[in-house]
Amino acid sequence: MTKTLLSIRGVAKAYQGRTVLDALDLDILDGEFLTLLGPSGCGKTTLLRLLGGFEQPDQGEITLAGESITALPPERRPLNTVFQHYALFPHMTVFDNVAYGLRMEKRPRDEIRQRVTEVLTLVQLQDFATRKPHQLSGGQQQRVAIARAVVKRPRLLLLDEPLSALDYKLRRSMQIELKRLQRELGIAFVFVTHDQEEALSMSDRVVVLKDGVIQQMGTPRELYERPANLFTARFIGEANLFPGRVTGLEAHHLMVEVLGLPRRLRRPAFAVSAGDAIQVLLRPEDIRVLEPSRDAGIPGVVIERNYKGSTLDSLIELESGQQVLASEFFDEDDPTFDYSLGERVRVSWVDGWEWVLPDDGKPVPEEGA
Amino acid sequence: MTRWLPRTYLALVYLLLYIPILVLVVFSFNDARTAYRWGGFSLRWYEALFNNQAMVQAMWNSLWLALAAATVSTLIGALTALALHRYRFRGKPMLQGMLFVVMMSPEIVLAVSLLALFLMVGLQLGFVSLLLAHVTFCLPFVVITVSARLRGFDNRLLEAARDLGASEFTVVRTVLVPVIMPALLAGWLLGFTLSLDDVVVSTFVSGPSYEILPLRIYSMVRVGLRPEVNALGTLLLVFSLTMLLLSQWILMRSNR
Amino acid sequence: MFGQAFRQPFKNAVLLLVWVWLLALVLVPNVLVVGTSLLTRDPVDFLTLPFTLENYQRLMDPLYVQVFLHSLYMAAVTTVLCLLIGYPFAWALAGVDKRWQTLLIFLLIVPFWTNSLVRTYAIKMLLAGNGLINSGLQSLGVIDQPLELLYTETAVIIGLVYLLLPFMILPLYAVFEDLKKELVMASHDLGAGRLPTFLHVIVPLTLPGVIAGVLLVFLPAMGMFYVADVLGGARNLLVGNVIKNQFLDARDWPFGAAASVLLTLAMAFLLLAHRFSRRRLGEEGA
Repeated sequence: MTKTLLSIRGVAKAYQGRTVLDALDLDILDGEFLTLLGPSGCGKTTLLRLLGGFEQPDQGEITLAGESITALPPERRPLNTVFQHYALFPHMTVFDNVAYGLRMEKRPRDEIRQRVTEVLTLVQLQDFATRKPHQLSGGQQQRVAIARAVVKRPRLLLLDEPLSALDYKLRRSMQIELKRLQRELGIAFVFVTHDQEEALSMSDRVVVLKDGVIQQMGTPRELYERPANLFTARFIGEANLFPGRVTGLEAHHLMVEVLGLPRRLRRPAFAVSAGDAIQVLLRPEDIRVLEPSRDAGIPGVVIERNYKGSTLDSLIELESGQQVLASEFFDEDDPTFDYSLGERVRVSWVDGWEWVLPDDGKPVPEEGA
Repeated sequence: MTRWLPRTYLALVYLLLYIPILVLVVFSFNDARTAYRWGGFSLRWYEALFNNQAMVQAMWNSLWLALAAATVSTLIGALTALALHRYRFRGKPMLQGMLFVVMMSPEIVLAVSLLALFLMVGLQLGFVSLLLAHVTFCLPFVVITVSARLRGFDNRLLEAARDLGASEFTVVRTVLVPVIMPALLAGWLLGFTLSLDDVVVSTFVSGPSYEILPLRIYSMVRVGLRPEVNALGTLLLVFSLTMLLLSQWILMRSNR
Repeated sequence: MFGQAFRQPFKNAVLLLVWVWLLALVLVPNVLVVGTSLLTRDPVDFLTLPFTLENYQRLMDPLYVQVFLHSLYMAAVTTVLCLLIGYPFAWALAGVDKRWQTLLIFLLIVPFWTNSLVRTYAIKMLLAGNGLINSGLQSLGVIDQPLELLYTETAVIIGLVYLLLPFMILPLYAVFEDLKKELVMASHDLGAGRLPTFLHVIVPLTLPGVIAGVLLVFLPAMGMFYVADVLGGARNLLVGNVIKNQFLDARDWPFGAAASVLLTLAMAFLLLAHRFSRRRLGEEGA
């Protein structure tokens, strides 16, 4: 187990009476890629600003490698930030931008030259040292911003939605680039984003935040396959949620009536008793679409088909009115694969692929993330 | 953070900016002749002002001049802004450059050059020379005001109107003019005020045939203190303030 | 197309009008002034040949050099004072709540719309030997004799600062408004304290505003002859007074024109500096 680099204890922050962060605890491990994920207004950017020292917490303590940095101003914290819109100094060349932090440390000229050249090579901008920021593309500016922060060799790099200004393709390649950089530098990255896809593909661990409270913390796989609550389930990936009711309990299993069908499911980690309302989560790729002649599953009608390249997504409306999203990989040998719009089908899933969640009683949001 | 420090500083500077104006206004109602002792409330300086025939004449002259200068500069300035917004033509940067230079150059440089011109071509100094000069220095301000408005204007609106069957003339009348109207009014008010306040240029290009208010004031304040000037200053202040509020109101209302 | 809303004749007529106006009333007059400055004075026709640089040489006459230097000095002090007062003012103003900013800016441009002569006169009222400041100080017992405030260099500078301060503040306010907070944060993040951040980030980024402000204060401060007339007495003349005297009283046009050309050159220099400073920031040239 890697050791804790930065630890946040009981940190709270409110603006004009509105709580943004509520008694938050979080440990960041040395060398990990940690993502703070959540919808806008969830407090993720505020948390980042507290770590950077641009805001002071109302309560709580932030310690870095055992020493409290809560009261330190940003310029004295051994961590650096990559800002959302890069915040490159427009009056300085790329070289001067990157050298700025080292000059503030009053490093010798030769060392500055050497380290700046090194880090510019790392981000593949060695030929752009004399350019001004406005002469660079968005992706290049982004890399200057990263170079400027990492040249200081911080223990921890804070990245505030650094890819949000880039177009889709550039985003993808910058994601890979960032991962490569993080591996090469071996320092911890704290990455803020509202894009769950980005969070899943890049992170070692993801912290899901909502209304200033941590909803769940874990590896991308844990979050996707075993979400702790309905919010995380809906926020990360596509989710089919079927309401159900507990009808009986066994030692390791749960008797549930879901969509009118009796099922025997694995018993979840949270406390349940007979009669409780629950939700059964099934990802689109867990759903099986069967021919109507089969007697397994629940009958429904195909109302939408979306060809996605490697998969085929179908939206199926059940008789109860609930819609189910199914995502199937092509199987060219299967002649029954192609259903047409309006065709009657049956929907099923393999027992054991479902995930049971407590029903928090809140209505389903109009359109999930 | 210490937030009171910047605020106190702001308040202090505003105070210094407004104290002289306040003193001016208060003492315009002073019955005493002195500028330091309060002698009771009186309107006698306002009375003296309006009994001064030459002064009243200068006021009228200034008013007419300002009206004419504001109107002409708004017309030309609006057309210029339209042309700059819409057309490509040779020498466009030069035209913009000249407008910019007029706005930035010290008034006295403009004044000297215009006087040189008027005397060379033998123009009698008076209303016409004043008008030409005032329109010239008001012009860039009108162009800027209207241009700012046009910058936010979507040209596709005009295409849309045409598409919906409006004739060219109707398009201009029903779409374009309403859009730039607030800027026209604001530009006009600004021109009016600039003309009414100008001292430097007017000193050079006015003749004895047409005395205007700022020059009249100038001759009064050069030596000693004259309480009528307080009264006149107060009136001008109220007048300008009304104009400014009007123009701000027009611009704000149109931005909604 | 918009262009079709007006046909070509309209476009041509508009352009003709504007061009004629600007050429006749801006370009030609300025060329005339330059020409005049190179001619010789004539007692009857004002001007005569031959061409000469003598007028510029006469600007070097110790008598005028002294006046110019004094005017330059007062304008420079005015500019520095405006900058010292205006810079923190604009900074503070840009930090105020947005709702208040509109009102505060409005209060700042009120003087711009108010007759400047009248405001000069208001300053005179305050500074006069029997004015409010003196009588106030006397009644407080701070001084026995009235201070000689009026008709001094100080009075002229006070008047100029009072009239020109908003012209310094407005361009500065504009650059502080544009100054991205993230840049200041980035500077702190990279290890710079307050002073280094101010010197290396805030000052360079607000430089275009400083130059614009200097442009709008320094040149008028040399030209506003009425301020010197009303507040300065006979000894504290501005370049503007010299130009005015030469044109309107002494009728030495070539000499006055030469002085005016000098001012124009100063303006050209400052405009170029402003353009350059904005180019450096990657903004389009003014």
